[in-house]
Parts: sequence; structure tokens; C-alpha cells
Amino acid sequence: MKGLDSFRVERRPDPSGGVVVLVSLLAIVAALAVAAGLFKAYGVSPVRAYQLIVHGALGTPLGLTETVRRAIPLLLCGVGLTIAFRAVFWNIGAEGQLLLGAIAAAGVALFSGLPDSLLIPAMFLAGFLAGAAWGLVPAILKAKLGLNDVITTLMMNYVAMYLVEWLIHGPWKGTQMRGFAYTDKFPDAARLPLIPLTRIHWPTLAIGLALALLAYILVTRTRQGFEIRVVGENSEAARFAGISHVKTILLVMLISGGLAGLAGVGEVAGVHGMLRSSAQISMGYGYTAIIVAWLARRNPLAVILTSLLFGVIMAGGDVIKSSLGLPFQLINVFNGLILFFLIGSEMLMRYRVSFSWRRR
Amino acid sequence: MSTAPGSVIVLRGIVKRFPGVVANDGIDLEIRRGEIHCLLGENGAGKTTLMRILYGLYQPDAGEIILDGRRVRISSPRAALAHRIGMVHQHFRLVPTLSVEENIVLGLDEGTGPFLNLPRTRQKVAQLAAEYGLAVDSKAKVWQLSVGQQQRVEILKALYRDAQVLIMDEPTSVLTPQEVDQLFSTLRNLVDDGLTVVFITHKLDEVMRVSDRVTVLRQGRVVATLPTSATDKAALARLMVGREVVFRLEKARHAQGKRVLDVLDLHALNDRGLPALRGVSFSLGAGEILGIAGVSGNGQRELVEVLTGLRRATRGKALLERMEITNRSPREIAEAGVAHIPEERIRMGIVPNLSVRENLLLKGYRHPPFSRWFFLNAHAAAENARRAIALYQIATPSDSTPVKLLSGGNIQRLVLAREFSGDPRLIVAAHPTYGLDVGATEQVRQLLLKERGRGAAILLTSEDLEEILAVSDRILVMFSGEVMGTLEAEGADLGEIGLLMAGTRQKGGAV
Amino acid sequence: MGWESWIIATLSRTLAYGTPLLLGTLGEIYAERSGVLNLGVEGMMIMGAYSAFATAFTTGNPWLGILVAALVGGAFSLVHAFATITLKANQVVSGLSLTMLGLGLSGVLGRGWEGKPLPVPLGEITVPGLSSIPVLGPVLFQGQNLLVYLTLLLVPLLWFILYRTRTGITIRSVGENPGTADSLGVNVARVRYLCVLVGGMLAGVAGGYLSVAYRPSWTEGMTAGMGWIVIALTIFAFWNPVMGLVGAYLFAALYHLSFRLQPWVAPELLRAMPYAFAILALVLVARGTLHKRMGAPAALGVPYTRGEE
Repeated sequence: MKGLDSFRVERRPDPSGGVVVLVSLLAIVAALAVAAGLFKAYGVSPVRAYQLIVHGALGTPLGLTETVRRAIPLLLCGVGLTIAFRAVFWNIGAEGQLLLGAIAAAGVALFSGLPDSLLIPAMFLAGFLAGAAWGLVPAILKAKLGLNDVITTLMMNYVAMYLVEWLIHGPWKGTQMRGFAYTDKFPDAARLPLIPLTRIHWPTLAIGLALALLAYILVTRTRQGFEIRVVGENSEAARFAGISHVKTILLVMLISGGLAGLAGVGEVAGVHGMLRSSAQISMGYGYTAIIVAWLARRNPLAVILTSLLFGVIMAGGDVIKSSLGLPFQLINVFNGLILFFLIGSEMLMRYRVSFSWRRR
Repeated sequence: MSTAPGSVIVLRGIVKRFPGVVANDGIDLEIRRGEIHCLLGENGAGKTTLMRILYGLYQPDAGEIILDGRRVRISSPRAALAHRIGMVHQHFRLVPTLSVEENIVLGLDEGTGPFLNLPRTRQKVAQLAAEYGLAVDSKAKVWQLSVGQQQRVEILKALYRDAQVLIMDEPTSVLTPQEVDQLFSTLRNLVDDGLTVVFITHKLDEVMRVSDRVTVLRQGRVVATLPTSATDKAALARLMVGREVVFRLEKARHAQGKRVLDVLDLHALNDRGLPALRGVSFSLGAGEILGIAGVSGNGQRELVEVLTGLRRATRGKALLERMEITNRSPREIAEAGVAHIPEERIRMGIVPNLSVRENLLLKGYRHPPFSRWFFLNAHAAAENARRAIALYQIATPSDSTPVKLLSGGNIQRLVLAREFSGDPRLIVAAHPTYGLDVGATEQVRQLLLKERGRGAAILLTSEDLEEILAVSDRILVMFSGEVMGTLEAEGADLGEIGLLMAGTRQKGGAV
Repeated sequence: MGWESWIIATLSRTLAYGTPLLLGTLGEIYAERSGVLNLGVEGMMIMGAYSAFATAFTTGNPWLGILVAALVGGAFSLVHAFATITLKANQVVSGLSLTMLGLGLSGVLGRGWEGKPLPVPLGEITVPGLSSIPVLGPVLFQGQNLLVYLTLLLVPLLWFILYRTRTGITIRSVGENPGTADSLGVNVARVRYLCVLVGGMLAGVAGGYLSVAYRPSWTEGMTAGMGWIVIALTIFAFWNPVMGLVGAYLFAALYHLSFRLQPWVAPELLRAMPYAFAILALVLVARGTLHKRMGAPAALGVPYTRGEE
């Protein structure tokens, strides 16, 4: 009688780019298939549901602009994360860095007393610096003390969240508002201009696209990018080549945190016009950006595409809520499934599972 | 060989092959009950492989194991322990945050299920400790113990499992002299009580001091088995390294150039905080290859690391043409004209996922023409790659192929191409032909000779004595972090080298 | 309110709110002690909350709800275990995806259950006699439910297993040095699977407690980040069940007091404390002997492959 003796997991030589794209698509399809099952369970035809989502997110002008609007913070955070991930720094803290950017922008908008023409540039600058600072703390802790980057960045998210809550309930509580907690509305000069007839705050979008390109150039064509890649791929060789691990991590988190901070500025100055509760500002952009960066295989230019994809999903969530009466939470299921199938497929791509049989 | 009464272990015709090498080539070995039997040999002789077979970590490709007159198969360490064979490895298998007694019972099925009987364990441990002189605080956490004490825990682990045969793999490499004395008296106690000890070593002093019989292995075969009383260090040394023919490479003789490297009384610690270099001094001239011979683990690695900026020296100096390079960063040393061919080429020398072109940049990317301000000059990088591939005959589909897809030989050619660019004054080559096939090995050696001809000073370390003999102009032998002696490679006496490698200082010789 | 009744009320609520925190922390301690980081706790908790509520509502049996919650949490954790132990996937990403999945799934499935009160919640118990002990009596023995007591009992039990049994030695060795454990015959994968399973089941029960006992109802997202607090508390407890008890109840007390202390300290800042303290705790034990005594299991977060050391 034969019995399974053991199975071994061994590395397969590198898959080609085409295989990678194919497998990523398969992962997405698999996630859609499982979600379809959920739709079915709710008595909604999956085909109709997906049709609605695609039409709602891409088929109408409103839907399209909503998709783009959702994609903006994903783009900025995602690009930043590709840089961090290239150095194998697991920045789970984009959410918190985004919030710090929002706080800084709100601070400048409401309290800085700067002349109107300087407000927006100052907000962006402050937001970048605040996000960068928030990201540098875990970076320093890892570089100097060897603290786990996942845990420190994660914890900083919640500190940031409560910081926002404290500000809007406490020192920065709006004088004009009642009931819900938020700060005063930003003055008009501190509001980002929108593309007419849409809610797209185009300065942030432009910054995001420009930075995606710059990040790509950084990674592929500059000295620092080269060092980042070496540190991320083989830290022993990096040491051998005299590359400073510490400096590289700090640079990487400066960029990653700063970009997430910019996303925060965009949200409060472009979308909300005030600082409000973190759940409303961020909506999990920082976490979703992880999937965005992962799917883009750490390529900043590809983030433009993947952030758009997740923009579609998020806009789709609005659609299924209003048209089908299904909860918005469904997109979390999508996201979770996609991410899960992505890493599962990655393992299948990279490893070969071989079974060995034994006579019993 | 018949099984004499009193033989507790007999190995017959053991063969073990690994890709590219036959580690054990038909070994016959007989261990008698109640003796301390030493296995002597240099690197790659096959001693550790053989004992790992005995301990169930490897399976032999051919041959048989006979314990107490019965043929057995030892399929795992658990099986070995069931046959009452225990092993104390060179790198301890201990969990630092657990206590001594917890480490001792880890993985042991005492029939009490998940529950411990600590008082009984403690009592048994105390008993064993008292009987054999292995005093240790069984409640202490392992990380709190000294290395010697940790080794005691390893021995106790085996004894607690009723081992009757104890295999010890290079046990004294991590001990202080006092701890060595203690270990030897423990071993004698064990043997007086009827246990058997097999002792792997490359140190002749120890063989003479503690063993009853000694088996010398060389290149996978048994050269001799002798009662220790019937031999001496010189004879053993000759047996250990003796060869039929010593092959030497054709080299142009040239007068030694100016002094390039001066090493003065260098001291350094190893990763465990123990002294690895204990006052090493030597010099090296331009156009000269100095081969560092010695069994690995005697400080060669630390020497290479100090000279290339990867390890701090605690005392002493290294001077590159009168510029001090001790305790400088790897980058400064590289820019001063020192090339480093690393021992572990894949782990340290290349970035596997990056392309051939990018890996070739790893040394010089900070300078023009490869970079200007922030940007890398892609054109210069491509040109550099083209030249290197042609000159060093690196076989690769293109210069954008990820380096990990290249064969070992081509990876090494890439490393050499990179490191030799810029005409370095000093080349530190650590095991440069390790794992390479014959053709690649030959080519690497020729490339080294070419650099020698150009006037570079070359420091070569290798586990392969043949290579040192073939390539070097002079040979320096290291043992236990010290220089035992230096000699001209031409006409070197193998017996003398063997003695030096195994711990005997050169008469009137270098310190 | 008089001082005494104020103290009693506070301690009583602390005990109640601390229980799910403690349950989750105990489970995560076991998972992380074996070397597996489980960031899916929040997802497992909320799925536990939903499934416990749904079961209890339809069957009228709250204990059945708790059981189902344990099973659901366990099932989720098995997925995480398979991905991270067998497939050796990145533990962070696997955990995060399961949390997203759990949050989303519970939101979707739970629609329609909102606002319905649970007809048969987990009963409150009053122990006659013991409840008359001044102060401690009303806190411990009046109005608490069985799960609270069971959780309290779990602490010494889990502590004993971890530190005083062979099983515990095995678990700790797998989390510190799986290579050594493997060479001594320990089945590293099996130990890790079991520990992750325990973590998932306890997380499920913690969620179930919320929807069936603490606040018998279902609201989308009702765990409100409790899973993340559990992760912080695990660190703050230095991976020790007894310290976990201290941390969980301390935080529960602070949480409850945050409303009371509002005039003096902003409640939001109090709520940020476990996260800040977790980082502080890590910094304190970052180096030296403290790290060895109390630091994270050395192999935490690193998939184990034989021969790759």
C-alpha cells in the first residue's frame, strides 16, 4: 500500500515576466470567481453584479472620475511602497503616514496665517515632511535597534489615528460644527482646485503621476536606486560593496512616508476640505496600497495601472451599495481575496511542490 | 577485516558521494569499546562526513555499518541515539533562551507525555555531572553559559539519552586551554566507565595527548590506523598531508617587488567574541602570491575580513604601502586599491537577482564614468560589461541576464572581472576556486597569475592544500589564530607543512 | 456615586472588557511563540463575533454560538497556517489579507442582522455567598458570565503548559531555533500549525464573547480594532500569558477610565497608549540580556525550511 511519505517544496528558476503577468491575472480572476459565489449566495447574479461595477466605475463619466479620484491616494502611497519594498522594508504604516500628512496640511491651512498664494505649496511641503517624519521613526528603530519593521509601522498607524481623533475632538475642534467632530472648514485658498464637473483634485493627481515617473527613474537609473536595489536583494553583498544599510533605509522611508503624507494632503485639501475622523479620511488606503504595490511587482510605473484597478474596485463598491443594496464591505472581500490569491500564486510560481511516495 | 571481540563499531567499505566529489571512498574503520579513537585529517579528508553517516545525518551510498556484531541501518539521529550513539557537533544544537534542563529533554520521549518530571531530570543530570566532571547549573539559561559550559550541556544531552558511544567533532576549537584540560579529563572518566569516544580533530597535540588509537584520513580514504603510542607527530603529519606528486604551476620567476602589505601583530575576535587572530604578522610584496595554509577555522576567514574592512581589529595594524587600512570601511579599503574575491561568492560577492551588467558595477558605480551626480551612465555600464565579458570569457546570454542563472564558474569570472578592474595593488582571494569545475579552476588560477605578473600582491587562502602548493610563491601556515611558520613554496617539505598545520611551531621560526 | 461603588463598577467593567482582549492575546502569544506572526486576528475576531451571533440567534443557544465562533476562527487560522507554513508565503501579507477578508465577509454576511437583540445572551452569574465579600465580591462574583471565569482559568493553564511542560519546551524551541528543534526530532510544521490553530480559535471565541455576552448584538465592524490591540498587547506582555493578563486588564481599565478621566486626559490619547507602549516595550528589550530574557521569539516571522540555515 502506498502512502505519502513527504512532500518537498523546492525553488524553481525565475519565471519570466510574461508568466508573472499571467499568474497575477489568474489570481484576480480566482478572486472574482470566489466573490461571484458570494453574489450568488445573496441572490444576485454575479454577471449582473460585475456588469454593474464595470459600467458604474468606468462606463459613466461620474463613475470614471470617481475611479480616478479613489486611485489618487492609492497611486501616491503605492509608489512610495514600491520604493520601501524594494529595500525589503515592510512599510505597513502608509495609513498612519497619510494621516500625518493630513494633520500637517490641516495645521497649515487653519493656523499658519500664511498668505493665500503660499498656502497650497506649504501644505504639500508640510504634509510630505510630516509623513516622512512618521515613516522615519520606525526606520531609525530598525536601523539602530533592529526592531521589527512590520510591528513598529503597524503600531504607528494607530497612534496616528488617535492623534487625529484627539485633534478633532480637542484642540482643533471646529467652532462652526455641531454634532460630529471635525475641524473648521479650510479657507478657500487652501482648497485644491478640481477638474470642472468632477471631484478630482488634479494637483495631487499630477504630483502622483510625476512622482511615479520620478520613482521609476530613481530606481532604474540613479546611484541611490541602485543601492536600494542591492540592499533589498542581498544585504550581505551590499555590505561587501560598502553600501550603508542605515542610510538606505532612512532614504527609502523618507520617500515612502513623504509620498503617503502627500496623499493625506490631497484627501483633506482636495476631497474633504477639513480634518475629520480617520476612518473617513483614509478608508484603508494605506492598506490597500500594499496590494497595489505588490500587484505592481514593485514597479512604480505599473502602480499607475494597479492603482487604477483598485480605484475601479472601490468605486465599484459604491455602485453595488447604491444599486444592489449590498454592503460596501464587499470590496474588502475582493481585496482580501486578491491579495491572498496573489501570494498563494506567487508561492506556486516560485516553488515546485514535489511529492514522494513510499511503500508502506 | 574481521570483527574482533571488543569492537563496538565497524564501518566497512563506506562510500559517500556528493555532486563533484567523493567524500568517503571505501572507508574501513574499527572502533573498539572503551577507547578514545581520534580521526585525523585536513579539510575535505572526509572525517565529518563519515561521522555524520554514523550519526544518521547522511546515508552511505555503499558499505555497511556493524554495531556490536550486527548489521544496522542508521536512518536518523533518533535512530543513532536508539543505538546509543551520540554526537556533539561543532556548532551546538542548543536553544539559547531555554534552560539547560529544558534543552536536555527537548525532543525526548520519556513516556510521560507532555508532562515533565523535573526533579527526576535534575537528579539524573546531577548524577551524570558528578560522575563525569560536567558541573553545570541545570536551571541556568543556555545563553548565560560560557562556550565550555555549553559544550558540557551537549555532552550531557547525549549521556542523558544513554549514549554509549560519543562522537565529538572538533570539540576544542572553541575552548580555552583550561576548558580543554577539563574536557580531556571528562573524556577519560567516560572511557574508564566503559563508554567509547570518537574524536575528530586536526590538532596533533590533542591526538598525542588523549587518544588510544588514531586513524588518519586523506582525500576520502583511510591512510593508516595506528595505536597512538606507536607513532609521533612528525609521522602523523606526513601521513596527513603526504602526496605522491606535487603539481606546481608554471610561473615566471621574478624578483620580488616593493613591499605592498605589512601586517603587524594583528588581533581580532571572531563572531562569538573569542580571539580569532592572536598576533599575526607578515608582509607581502608586489608580484608575489602568499598562500595561507591551514585547516579552516584557524583564523583565515577573520584575517581576510580584517584586511578587507569587514571586521574590526582589536590590536595591531595592517598597512597598505604605509597607509593604514585597519578598521577602515570596506569602501575606503577598496578605493585604496584592494580587491576582495569573497569566500562565499553567491552570498557576498553578487546580487543574484540583478543583471550581469549591474553586478559588474558593484565596485565602481560611484565614480565616473559610471555615475555623474545622481545618475548612472547606462552607456558606460554597457560598454564595461561588453569588455568584461569578452576579456574574461563570461558565458552569458546577454549582459542583462540575472546573475543567478550563471554557472558557478561564470559567476566567479564575473567577480574577478569586477574586482580586477582598476588594477588593484593587493588582491585578497579567499577560496577562489571553491566549487568550480576543472576548466574554471584552471582559468581562475591563470588569471591570478596574470595579476601577479602585472605586479599585484596576492593573498590567497584556500582549504585545498594542493592549490596553495600549486599557486603560491610563499606559504604561511596558520593555526589557532597564529602564524606557525612561513616557507618557500618551491620544494616545501610536506611533512613540515603538516606539522605546522597541526599545531607545531616552526623551529626558531616566525611568531 | 460613592467611591466604593465607583471602584466596583470600574473593576467590573474592566473584567468584562478585558476578557476578549485577554483571550485574543493568549492565542496570539501561542502563535507567535511558535514563530508565526498572525496579523489576521482582527479578521478572525470579527468572523467569530458574527458567527457566534448568527448561531446563537437562530438556535437560541449562546454556548453553541461560542463553539461555532471557535471553529470559524480556527478555520481562518488554518488557511493562514497553510499559506505561511506549508507554502512559506509572507506572513505579514497573509495575515493582512485574512483580516481584510474577515472584515469584508462579516460585513457582507452580517447585513440584516444588525440591530436585532439577542434573545438568549450568555447568562450572568451571581455566586451566592462569595458575592458578599466586600469590593471583590460584587466585582468578581456578581453579574459576570462563565466565559470570564474560564478565561481567568486559562491564564495559569496556558502559562503552565508553556513554561512547565514538555509541550511548552517544544513550542518555545520551535519559535527560537527551529533548525535545532528539527534536528532533535521535533516536527516543526506540526507544532506551528497547532499553535496557529489555538490562536485562531481563541480569537474566534474572543469575538464571540463580544457579540454574545458583552454586548449581545451584531454591528458591522464591532470589534473596532480590538485585534490590533491584541497584537500590541502580545508584545507588551513579552509573550508571557501572565503578563498578558496584566496588560489586557490594564488596557481595559484605561479604556473604561478614559471616559471618566476626560476632564484631565484626552480619551484618545489614553487609547493610543497600548500601541505606543508596545513600541516602547520593544525598544526597552532591544539589546543585551533583556532581549534574550524577554524579547521576541528569534524565529518570529521567518518561514522555516530544512537545510536553509
